[in-house]
Formats: sequence, C-alpha cells, structure tokens
Amino acid sequence: MRRVLRRRSTIAFFMCLPLILLIGGLVVYPAIYAIYLAMLNKKMTHFVGLGNFAFLLKRATFHLVIFQSCLFAVTSVTAKAVIGFLLAHLMHAIPGRHQRVWRGLLLIPWVVPLALSTLGWWWMFDPSYSAFNWLLAKFGIGAVPWLGSTGWARFCMILVNTWYGAPFFMIMYLAALKSVPEQLFEAASIDGAGALAKLRYVTLPMMRNIISITVLFSLIVTFADFTIVRILTDGGPRDTTHIFATYAFEIGIQSGDVPLGAAASLFMLPILAVASFFILRGVARRDREMAA
Amino acid sequence: MFPEEQTLSKIAISRRAALGAAAATAALPLVHIRSAAAAGRLSIGLWDHWVPAGNAAMRAVVGAWAEKNKVDVVIDFITSVGNKNLLTIAAEAQARTGHDIQAFPTWEVHNNQDNLEPVDDVVLPLMKQYGAINPVNEYLGKINGHWMAVPSSSGAQYKPSCARISLFKQAGLDVQAMYPARPDHTALADQWTWAKMLEIAPIAKQANLPFGLGLGQTTDSVDFVGALFRSYGAELVNAKGEVTVDTDAVKTALEYMKKLAQYLPPDVYSYDDASNNRALISGKSALIFNPPSAWAVAVRDNPSVGGDCWTFPNPTGPNGRFVPSNPYFWGVWNFARNKSAAKELITYLCQREQVETLCKAVSGYDIPPFLSMADFAVWAEVGPPTGTVYNYPIRPTHNATPSIAAFPAPAEIAVQIYNRATMTTMVAKLTQGGQSIPQVIAWAKDELEGFSR
Repeated sequence: MRRVLRRRSTIAFFMCLPLILLIGGLVVYPAIYAIYLAMLNKKMTHFVGLGNFAFLLKRATFHLVIFQSCLFAVTSVTAKAVIGFLLAHLMHAIPGRHQRVWRGLLLIPWVVPLALSTLGWWWMFDPSYSAFNWLLAKFGIGAVPWLGSTGWARFCMILVNTWYGAPFFMIMYLAALKSVPEQLFEAASIDGAGALAKLRYVTLPMMRNIISITVLFSLIVTFADFTIVRILTDGGPRDTTHIFATYAFEIGIQSGDVPLGAAASLFMLPILAVASFFILRGVARRDREMAA
Repeated sequence: MFPEEQTLSKIAISRRAALGAAAATAALPLVHIRSAAAAGRLSIGLWDHWVPAGNAAMRAVVGAWAEKNKVDVVIDFITSVGNKNLLTIAAEAQARTGHDIQAFPTWEVHNNQDNLEPVDDVVLPLMKQYGAINPVNEYLGKINGHWMAVPSSSGAQYKPSCARISLFKQAGLDVQAMYPARPDHTALADQWTWAKMLEIAPIAKQANLPFGLGLGQTTDSVDFVGALFRSYGAELVNAKGEVTVDTDAVKTALEYMKKLAQYLPPDVYSYDDASNNRALISGKSALIFNPPSAWAVAVRDNPSVGGDCWTFPNPTGPNGRFVPSNPYFWGVWNFARNKSAAKELITYLCQREQVETLCKAVSGYDIPPFLSMADFAVWAEVGPPTGTVYNYPIRPTHNATPSIAAFPAPAEIAVQIYNRATMTTMVAKLTQGGQSIPQVIAWAKDELEGFSR
C-alpha cells in the first residue's frame, strides 16, 4: 500500500483529484443531468427518449433558431479570427514598450465583464435614445432601427460578439507569432520570398494548430452565448435573433418546460462534437507530421 | 443572553474581519428576524420590490408577526431582474429544498403545481372575509378546484392607460372628466374605445408624442396586445385547449393593429418593459399602458410631464373593457419544513390592515387581490395632479375586467403563448414583416399546435 502511495502516478492523481472532483461536479454531472432532463416529458414524470428532440425539429421557429445560431457563431468566429489575425500582425510589428501599451488597450473589451459591456452597447443601440442615431442625425442621416429590424439586430449581435472576442484571438495569434523562429523568415527572405509568400509558406503553417484550437474554443463559447442576445434583443424582433441558449431559457425556465428547454440547449452538442472531431483530428495529424 | 451570543462574545474579531462581515451582510438582501424566544423557524423568499420602501415595510410587517408568534423568520428578497426569481424557483423545485414560503410571479404557480401545498384552508376563509377575488388570480392560482398558492398584493399590478392630459385635451378628450378621482361613472368613459384611441393616434403622432405601445417580446407589449385581443373576443386557444386562431375576431384584431401600427414609433418592435416608461418620462409619448411607476419617475425626473399624467382603464372593444393584470402569489412548497407557520404568516399578510400598510408604503403600486380593497386612501391622495392614480385599481364604476394575455387557454398552453409573445409576434409579422393576415394566422396555428403537445 505504501509503495502504491509513493508512486509518482498516485501522487499526481491525488494532486489532480480536487480538479477532477470540481469538473465532475460542475461539468460532467450537470451535462449528464441535462441529457437526462431532455429525455423526460413536460411534467418530468416519464421517459420519452428522443421525443423532445423530434418535436423541436418539427417546429418552424426552431428551424429559425438553428439557422440563427449557426449564422451568429460562424460569422462572429470568422470575423474574430480575421480581425484577431490582422491585429496580431500589426501588434507584432510594433517594437518594444509600445507594443505592451497597445496590447493592454486592445485587451480591454475581453477583460470587461460581458454583461456590463453589452449593456453599454445596448444603450448605444437603444431603440429610442441611441447614441449612434444621435451621431447620424448630426450628419443628417435618419435613425437606424438597430435592434428593431431583423438585419440590423443580427448585425448588432455579431458586432458586439466580435468586439468582445477579437482580443482573445489577437493574444493567441500573437503568442503563436512570437514562437515562430526568426530563422525561418530569414531563410525565406534569402530564397526571395515576399511578405505574402512568407505569410503563406511560413506564418500560416506554423500557426495552423493555434488557429484551429482558437477557432474551436471560440466556436464552442459563441454557440453557447446567452448574454449578448438576452441583453440586446431578447430574441426579437419576431424571434429572428433567438439562438439556442436564449430559446432554451425562454421555453425551459420562463415557460416551465424544462425538458424541452434542455433538449433545445443540447442541440449544440452534435454540432460542436462534429466540429471538435474534425478540428482536433487536423491538429493531431499536423502534430504527427511535425514530429516525423 | 443567547448561547450563541455568549460564544460570540468570547471570539476575538479583527477589524478587517468585522468590516468584511459587515460588507458581506450589507451586500446580501437577506433579513434575519429573530424573535425573543424562537418557537420555530420560517424561511421566506419574497419579491424584491421595485419601490425601495416596499422591502422595509414588508420587513416591519413580518417582524411584528414574528415577534408576536415567537417565530424565527429569515427573509430573502429575490429580485426579478434577470429572472433571478424564476431561476431560484426552478432550483428549489429541482432540489426540493429551500424557502418555506416563496413568492411566485404570474405563471409560476401552474409551472410548480406538483411541488406546492394546497392552500384552500388559507384562501377560502379570506374570500369569506373579503369577498370576490381578482379573476386572473383564480385563473392562475386555482388548479383542479384547489388553491395552490395565495394571491398576494406585493408585486401585483395592473397596466392601465397612463396618458398626457394636455395632448388628449387637444384631441378633444378630457381624461380627467372622463375618469374623475371619485367613484362616478361618466358617459365620457363609454367613449373610451379602441376606435377612439385610433382616432387620437395620428394627432399624437403629429404632435411628436406617438403612443408608446410596444410590439416586442416582453410583458408590457404582450399585456397590451392581450387586452386588445380579448376586447375583440380574439382567442388564440379556447378554454378546452382547442386552437381557435383562425376566426373573424382574430382577423379584426389584427386589422385594427395594422391601422394602429402606422402611428406608433418605428422602434416599438424592439421595446422592452422599460422603453415605454422612458418614452413617457422623457416627454416623447402621450400614452402608455403601465402601472404608475412610470408616472412616479416622471414626477421625480421630469415634473412637467409627471404633473400632466392621468391613469385610467384601457379602452373598451366589442367584447368589453379589459385591464392587463399581473398577479403575484405566495406559495408554500410541499417540502417546506414549517407549513403551519407559513400558512399563518400568509393569512396575517393578507389581512386588510397589512395589505393597506404595504400598499401605502409603495405609493399604491401594489394591487390587492380582493376587489373590496380597491378603496384604500392612498390612490386618492397621491399626486401631482392629485387623484392621478385614483383609477389605477379597477373600481366597480369602471365596468372593466382584469385580464391576462392568452386567457382562457389552459394555463399550461397560455404560459407559452404569453412567454413566447405569440400575439405580439403575430402583429409584428403583419405590420413589420410584410406578411398577410392568412400567413400570420397559419404561422400562429402551427406554433399553437406545438404548445399543446
């Protein structure tokens, strides 16, 4: 027994145990419980299998929710990735002390609590007293229904999510850029490569894993977003901005159908599982190639 | 001295620890009322009142009862901001533990009926004592012939018309003469119809004071459209649970809304429950449907607007005059540990004296569940102008009925119609989304059939 306890693996296990218990209690248990809830009838008295999922798939409003969730997540993540990539390169080009200042400034959106910053955005988009509309009026431009029309409301959601999440991409890409050996760029220069060729044949291949993992992480977080939509539009106008989490909250908590709400929120699971599978498979393959 | 106090006195407390504890205590909306010799413990989760004085008054009233009955009472004031009260209710129902008494907003009694203790023994004697109860309370609180929660005054509200006196006078309607601050029915009141409102709407728009009537997803919008639909006899689902959306009454209500929408501000589709208040308070709207909270803030922040407001029932339609009613309930969980004390406290809180004290403390915001309590002095006294909220509670002279959107559908369907804002979405699809009435009705039919699963 004493020998078992002295093993490095045993010590490592015990040192990890608090974290394992934490993850078990706060992640695994709620996830399993949510799956269990999603398979109960409305009164939670008997098991209905996949009935709630089948029911949701027949609803026109839920089709809209699926479309909007995908539109919101894919557009936001793409925008964040592109902006983060550009910012990281610009940041990388700034020398020394100034880079730290800019880096700190650009990280502010990511550091401010999301609920608070979204409220700030909401005030600027406010239907009646929008600061943006006040500015537009100064230039003789008519008021824009930022949150009152489908197109603008979706644009506002994506804009706020991009504003909040782009700094995360920037910092991850910046870290990746800093880890690319300078010699590779020098060798490419000697071979006559221009800026675009260096980007294509040196920077991107070296950053590909970080890009994949960052995109995956952001996709998960963006699909699960609740705060931005809840505060900005609450799913309106005409349900055209609802995403999985807000729709699940509305039917589960507000309308008292917890199993259906759980089923709606779990629709994210297969989408994210498929995305995770392909992205992580790509990462593993590249790791093997680099090791070989 | 209590044993705990003896122990505490022996513990050395550092200044930092004491400050930390004080700060933590101040941050929690939790009140511990300990009577001289505790004869049991009672934990209650009440609604954190919008009006700051409401919590203090409630604390004093509950404290007096606790002292008299030697019960150790702990009160949590739970905010409805961010639906924290709904989340607390859902969590306690799942965990089957929590407060003994819990405040339940509108639909939550139905949602939690299986976890609630029947309270016929509380409500029926109260009805004997005080007479008829608001029918919306009965619709929401009485399930299968049994009261599952006790209608409370705290947090209960109506959403009548709150109009600018001057604009309506300009449009030829003297709202103060129509609904005076005395128990009189006037002939003018019969002219306050949805059709009349439609006549005034363009005048208000021209005066840059368009009506602030939301067509969004939140309760103020749903309540306004719900009352209008009911005035036209437009039921989406009938009392038997049959989908009845494809009727002439629904079409007429939609046609009315199509006419009205052109005179509303373009941003009404993104209104939340504060947007209409802001429209009135900032002097940008001549009419909203809201409790007197908007007027009260206007008196504080924009006195010229506050002094120009008058509250009175909603317009009438072919089927009658309906005033949106959002009741609150006090329920006892069936897993509560002190049910008898819980019922005693609720009975005490529902007595006229306590209801009036609480109502006065919140300047008349709360609406008592018993129609006989519509005569509290507070509504006649507050101003400016004096008597402005005299007609906030429904009085016999109003010929009005309290109503909730989606009535008379069975509550398990109605709650979805209400929270999914089906009626306002129908109107928005028609007036903003460019769909025709048959298309809107077809969409609603599909949606409603889904609610009936």
